[in-house]
Amino acid sequence: MLYFSKLRIILISLITAFFLILTLSNFSNFGGSLLSKKINLGLDLQGGSYLLLEIDNDPVELQKLQNTTTDIRNFLNNEKIKFTDLRISKKSIIFNIDQKDKDTVESFFTDKNSEINPYYIQYSSHQFDLTILGDEFQLKLSEYGLIEIKISSQDQAIEIVRRRVDEVGTNEPNILKRGNDRILVELPGLDDPMRIKSLLGKTANLSFRFITQNDNDTFGAETLKFDDDINEALVSKRIILSGENLLDAQPNMNTQTNETVVSFKLDRVGAKRFGKATSDGIGKQLAIVLDGKIVSAPVIRDAIVSGSGQISGNFTFQSATDLALLLRSGALPAPLNIIEERTVGPDLGQDSINSGIISLFIGFTLVIIFMIYKYKIFGLIANITLLINLFFLIGILTLFEATLTLPGIAGIILTVGMAVDANVLIFERIKEELKDEKNNIIAFDTGYVKSKTAIIDANVTTLIAAVILFFMGSGPVKGFSVTLGVGIFTTLFSVYFIARTLTSLYVVKNKEKINLI
Amino acid sequence: MINFNKFYKLFGVISTSLVILSIILLFFKGLNFGVDFKGGTLIELRAKDNQTNVSILRDAFNKMNLGDVNIKKFGEENDFLIKIEKKDTSENIIQLIKTDLTKSIGDTYNFRRVENVGPKVSSELLKSGISAIFLSLVAMLFYIWVRFEWQFSLGAIIALFHDVIITLGLFSLLNLEINLSIVAAVLTIVGYSMNDTVVIYDRVRENLKKYSDIKIFELTNKSINETLSRTLITSITTLLALISIYLFGGEILKGFSLAMIFGVVFGTYSSIYIANPILVELRVSQKTILKEETE
Repeated sequence: MLYFSKLRIILISLITAFFLILTLSNFSNFGGSLLSKKINLGLDLQGGSYLLLEIDNDPVELQKLQNTTTDIRNFLNNEKIKFTDLRISKKSIIFNIDQKDKDTVESFFTDKNSEINPYYIQYSSHQFDLTILGDEFQLKLSEYGLIEIKISSQDQAIEIVRRRVDEVGTNEPNILKRGNDRILVELPGLDDPMRIKSLLGKTANLSFRFITQNDNDTFGAETLKFDDDINEALVSKRIILSGENLLDAQPNMNTQTNETVVSFKLDRVGAKRFGKATSDGIGKQLAIVLDGKIVSAPVIRDAIVSGSGQISGNFTFQSATDLALLLRSGALPAPLNIIEERTVGPDLGQDSINSGIISLFIGFTLVIIFMIYKYKIFGLIANITLLINLFFLIGILTLFEATLTLPGIAGIILTVGMAVDANVLIFERIKEELKDEKNNIIAFDTGYVKSKTAIIDANVTTLIAAVILFFMGSGPVKGFSVTLGVGIFTTLFSVYFIARTLTSLYVVKNKEKINLI
Repeated sequence: MINFNKFYKLFGVISTSLVILSIILLFFKGLNFGVDFKGGTLIELRAKDNQTNVSILRDAFNKMNLGDVNIKKFGEENDFLIKIEKKDTSENIIQLIKTDLTKSIGDTYNFRRVENVGPKVSSELLKSGISAIFLSLVAMLFYIWVRFEWQFSLGAIIALFHDVIITLGLFSLLNLEINLSIVAAVLTIVGYSMNDTVVIYDRVRENLKKYSDIKIFELTNKSINETLSRTLITSITTLLALISIYLFGGEILKGFSLAMIFGVVFGTYSSIYIANPILVELRVSQKTILKEETE
């Protein structure tokens, strides 16, 4: 009942001391692994940039359709099955089959061991969905086929994004997958993400291709613009060399022409192919194509067999550095679009921290004064509990190295305001009990028991709101739900362990006192 | 003892008209959605000199062909908030704006905060915001239905709708901006209002068990009075905390704390004047809770 062992009091003091130290460790360096823990400041408090990138998977999808079309052509030729009018139309592969072969061909695509249309056991679905209309076969990427494509391009893209961001050398970037076609990049401390944005906005698809004079190139040709958007040239579709064959790229100064260039080194395969192509093509113009634009098109004077070379163009040192960086980190599988950006400058972050702390201090002081005015000694107990509750809350956030945001600070202040509720419910109940019950200790005890359901109900409702917010909210708002939710638990704990111990000590000492509260 | 029940009818009429008014406002005037939900660009700018003012900035931005641009002062003397409706998240848009701005007003400013939200993200955020609010209402309904009888759960949920709709109505009336933090505020209001209602309902139920001879009309009044000082004290301490955020927590938290202040006031009011009269209307009596327990 009302007897608390010394052990319990010691235990509670120890726990309180532990969280007090954790709280204080945010403001100074104690050293030691546990005590070096600190609350992470969200981007809105420490300043930094939040970028949400979306992968444009259309080109990847089209590439997949083209590859599959080629596969189907080869496959049906091998099987000696006649087909006509094989084509891609509106994201479907379409072809016609003779009546007599229909069943055979259908089974090629719907068999679970199909070579041409892989079956995903985990999804119970094929890569392509088959529809047959008369003699016409239509293949469309199935829901899961599409997801597979997205996941694999996301995997590749995040790797490239990581490399590019790392190369720029920002402070502890955070790069995460979102859904299956998005990548989140958080860059703490960066107040102008301009350079990173322009680096991430480029696919960096590099190819070396010959410039031709006529359209009847065996591989086909296309007209591409130069970097200046004015001049054009007809470029063969045959790729001599692509960015994949690059081992290294560095910005450099060409001492002869005094031009900034990007010098590159090729891998063994690349060097061989480049050597052969350049010795065959002396006198021809070799176009260096980056993301569909010609960077430069030098005339080949000698065969280049060393496996290294230079790209010249109208580079400044910065743009040469960036191009080298892009080439080193590799090409993105698909273009990335920035669909959301939030950047907070460090001075605004510091202002937010300051005003957060000031309003916490003022809110706390107002609540303390009000509680003392209202409940005297019991108000003091509620206030001590409140202070310890604050240590618990900040201590737990520190322990888990949670991220504190500006709305998160608001959540802490709100917790201060609402935390006294449980104590108020109890105190009011004790007051009521004292009207009929002359024994202080019994009144005190029944007060605690009878107020319990109301306290639990009241806190569960707030907790429900916090949990929903945690799962549905994003960014800073999530930080609010964390402090609000954790605050509920620390409040209940401090009310039932700290406040109850303190009140019982007081009540036992003042057994005979009239007008206890 | 205060006779709250004397005013059940009066406040019923007032609340109903406020809710209807709010719905009309929400329908015809609508809400002022911020960039989070509408897309577009938001820039918080701090001028380094004292010459810069709203009209100079407006002239500079109007030259840039960015469509509708809204510029206003924001907190401190030299701080301005610029909202651009046009949705353009291309990688160099911010850079272009900076270059153009420096051309027209010189290098006399810096961007303290930039938020640029594309149309896809904003519609997703809006959708998830709305579903979060609905989900929380459903979760509360479910919780209260498990803990109490259906009459109570109906009363509590109507009180909740009342609070949420009037708070949003007030935001519409005052043309205050709705952003992500307002959704957080609305959810917290839902939790708070529920919390307040539940404490009184708890007492109503306890009293129903204790007194078979008191009519629900009197009994709700008795329960409200018995829990009144708790209701007031908790509301006051919560309001003290919120007012402190509103006054000293900086510009960014102003909308959030204001929404919460409205919500706490309405939530406290509705747990007395919406939640209880509904129990009276539904003729809750001792039988209501005894029936449930024997079933």
